[in-house]
Amino acid sequence: MNILLVGVGGQGTILASKVLTEVAMDSGLEVKMSEIHGMAQRGGSVVTQIKIGKEIFSPLIEKGEADIIVAFEQLEALRWLEYLKPQGAMVINTQIIEPVPVIMGKAQYPQEIVEKIKDKVERVIAIDALKCAVECGNPKVSNVVMIGVLAKKMDFPQEVWLKSLEKKVPAAYLETNLKAFAKGYEQG
Amino acid sequence: MKVLLSGNEAIARGAYEAGVKVAVGYPGTPSTEILENIVNYQEVYAQWSPNEKVAFEVAIGASIAGGRALVTMKHVGVNVAADPLFTFSYTGVNGGLVLISADDPGMHSSQNEQDNRRYAKFAKIPVLEPSDSQDAKDFVGEAYKISEKFDTPVMLRITTRIAHSQTTVQCAEPQEQTIKAYEKQPQKYVMIPAYARSRHVVVEERLQKLTEFAKDTSLNKLELRDKKFGIITSGICYQYVKEAFPEASILKLGLTFPLNQEYIKEFADQVEKLYIVEELEPFLEEAVSLMGIEVTGKALFPVIGEISASQIKEKIEQDLGLKDTTTSKIGVEDLPAAPGRPPVLCPGCPHRAVFYTLKKLKLTVAGDIGCYTLGALPPLEALDSCICMGASIGNALGMEKANPELAGKVVAVIGDSTFFHSGITGLVDMVYNKGRGTVLVLDNRTTAMTGHQQHPGTGKTLQGEAIDAVNIAAIAKAVGVKRVIEVDPFDLPRLEEVIKEETASPETSLIIAKRPCALLTKNNKNTTVAIDEEKCVNCKQCLALGCPAIALRDGRVTLNAAICTGCNLCAQVCRVGAIKKAGDDLE
Ligand SMILES: Cc1ncc(C[n+]2csc(CCOP(=O)(O)OP(=O)(O)O)c2C)c(N)n1
Ligand code: SF4
Repeated sequence: MNILLVGVGGQGTILASKVLTEVAMDSGLEVKMSEIHGMAQRGGSVVTQIKIGKEIFSPLIEKGEADIIVAFEQLEALRWLEYLKPQGAMVINTQIIEPVPVIMGKAQYPQEIVEKIKDKVERVIAIDALKCAVECGNPKVSNVVMIGVLAKKMDFPQEVWLKSLEKKVPAAYLETNLKAFAKGYEQG
Repeated sequence: MKVLLSGNEAIARGAYEAGVKVAVGYPGTPSTEILENIVNYQEVYAQWSPNEKVAFEVAIGASIAGGRALVTMKHVGVNVAADPLFTFSYTGVNGGLVLISADDPGMHSSQNEQDNRRYAKFAKIPVLEPSDSQDAKDFVGEAYKISEKFDTPVMLRITTRIAHSQTTVQCAEPQEQTIKAYEKQPQKYVMIPAYARSRHVVVEERLQKLTEFAKDTSLNKLELRDKKFGIITSGICYQYVKEAFPEASILKLGLTFPLNQEYIKEFADQVEKLYIVEELEPFLEEAVSLMGIEVTGKALFPVIGEISASQIKEKIEQDLGLKDTTTSKIGVEDLPAAPGRPPVLCPGCPHRAVFYTLKKLKLTVAGDIGCYTLGALPPLEALDSCICMGASIGNALGMEKANPELAGKVVAVIGDSTFFHSGITGLVDMVYNKGRGTVLVLDNRTTAMTGHQQHPGTGKTLQGEAIDAVNIAAIAKAVGVKRVIEVDPFDLPRLEEVIKEETASPETSLIIAKRPCALLTKNNKNTTVAIDEEKCVNCKQCLALGCPAIALRDGRVTLNAAICTGCNLCAQVCRVGAIKKAGDDLE
């Protein structure tokens, strides 16, 4: 199983990847996870690559190899689409974060990204994770909403996800996070 | 127990298990997290040094004194540490010494992509290359054994994908390492020519012994399968090769210098065709070719950037005339191209003010390396050069000496961590040789670029313990700079005035633009600015700041209050007073 988490620095993809790898490890599977740190904090594109299975060699996912792409932002969904298997699933947070060339008026933010991806890919779920997160009481948990959607798309039992979430988020925020997870799970 | 660790975490663990006494380094992607993780093992003394040369020298001292020493840096750091490295190769060790060189093929966050295995060969020391985190941890232990057995420093060379990929690791109990007895041995450790001559002989003999050792070390692994072709590889490329050809015969080299001819020949003789897959330089290929073995390597694979599993599959299948088995992909040709998302200076970054002003004053700017290098990108585009850490000051001096027209128009821009790293000697040069340049130290109280490490000027150690901060202004004065001025970069008019005055003055000046990095003060966020749409004439002057919090939306300048930090730069830049300062009451 090859999963790509893509987004913009600061969107919380790292927590999502920690929860997912914990779930896979807990289920006795081999895991490799790769992410380049460095420029991530300065608003650049970020990607986390996660491979789960019985035996894994390369930690990297190449074009046409991802089973699931979880895109935390629309433009990033478009950017990484090529990496999806033709039969793969794409989960898109409809949030828009404009990159600097767009902000400066030097480039256009493409229109109707979700529709265009739906034309190519059968299994697309688009969700306003930011809105869901606000409804749960904290805009910061939109990443956990996305984890919820992803959980529904994968075969691991829900308890394993909840256990992993409990381990990875501070106790003080657990309740909001569980709410966010449930909200995503419902829509997955 | 099996745990998921990045290569860097695994190296930290390996050092702990090997009983390392002293671990030292200077931050640099992708090596930084090694020391940041070693802090978790209180048995190991760990510290940041101001630069890699000093770090290496501290490690040498620890080794001579009898403790095992670890020294970590990114690939270009080894350039800085090369001087002690080459001569320490002659003296050899007392306690084992392992140098971690973290190379960055593909330049994910570096200014070049040199292959540091060449350094190991040049300095005549062994180099080990792990292929995953388990290897990374285990090889640290092996490296110490080799270091002490053969009396040599050892390089452990990793690449970004090893450093930053997490794979499962079986941990072991730490060994109790006692400090070796210290004995004064001038013939071994005092490298005057008379003693060094005899040490050079020892180095050559050592290399012979290591070449023997390379014949049957368990660091190398032979996987004999289909004999139609065989692949010699190392490091992360081993994983790519397995991904591409799980059924191929593979010689996985963990020790990539020196190689043993007999061992390599034995493998070559068993396969019909031999390939070498390695990123960057043809390091293994040259060594194997010199053995008189026919091999294909860089004829198929680039010396530039990273290699991928699919590329290996495609190139070798093509070369062997096999049919193409690459995977099918979703066609994206008809979709709009996704605009790039380059990194930018954060909203509220104090560096922005300086570059805005330098551009406005049309100065020539010798740059340096850090977050502030982002000042080179549009719309600020304020840098004229960026070569290596510490280069800005020397560059600025050279510019004015070569081209008198530039005198009084050149400034050097350098970060605080970079100033301590290698800016001080440049400043001495400028004073000594009567430079009239202006040096701007962008003192954001941290090493921001690599993830906010402490440095001598922050007042804290690697462990966060409070110490007396080393004072930049006092250093400048001590080396003879008479004009030393401190300014808050968020006071734009004052900043501009100071830069004008100092560039006009006929002697060396140093301006300290002091203001903490916006990410350090993120939690005490004050109010945001506000744009008065009535007053705004849409002149777009504020956009020239390149702040991600101000965007052009439907042709109008708009504020993204969610990320605005209220630094007030835009309010100072606006000519019609349409931007209300943070903290002022809104009407
Ligand atoms: C020889 C060398 N060592 C390390 C690095 C990695 N590196 C790049 S910039 C930087 C530090 C920048 O800190 P500072 O000068 O304080 O600037 P800031 O990022 O805080 O703006 C480091 C460690 C490098 N490029 N070269
Ligand atoms: S991390 Fe700090 S220094 Fe770097 S761009 Fe952001 S605010 Fe500026």
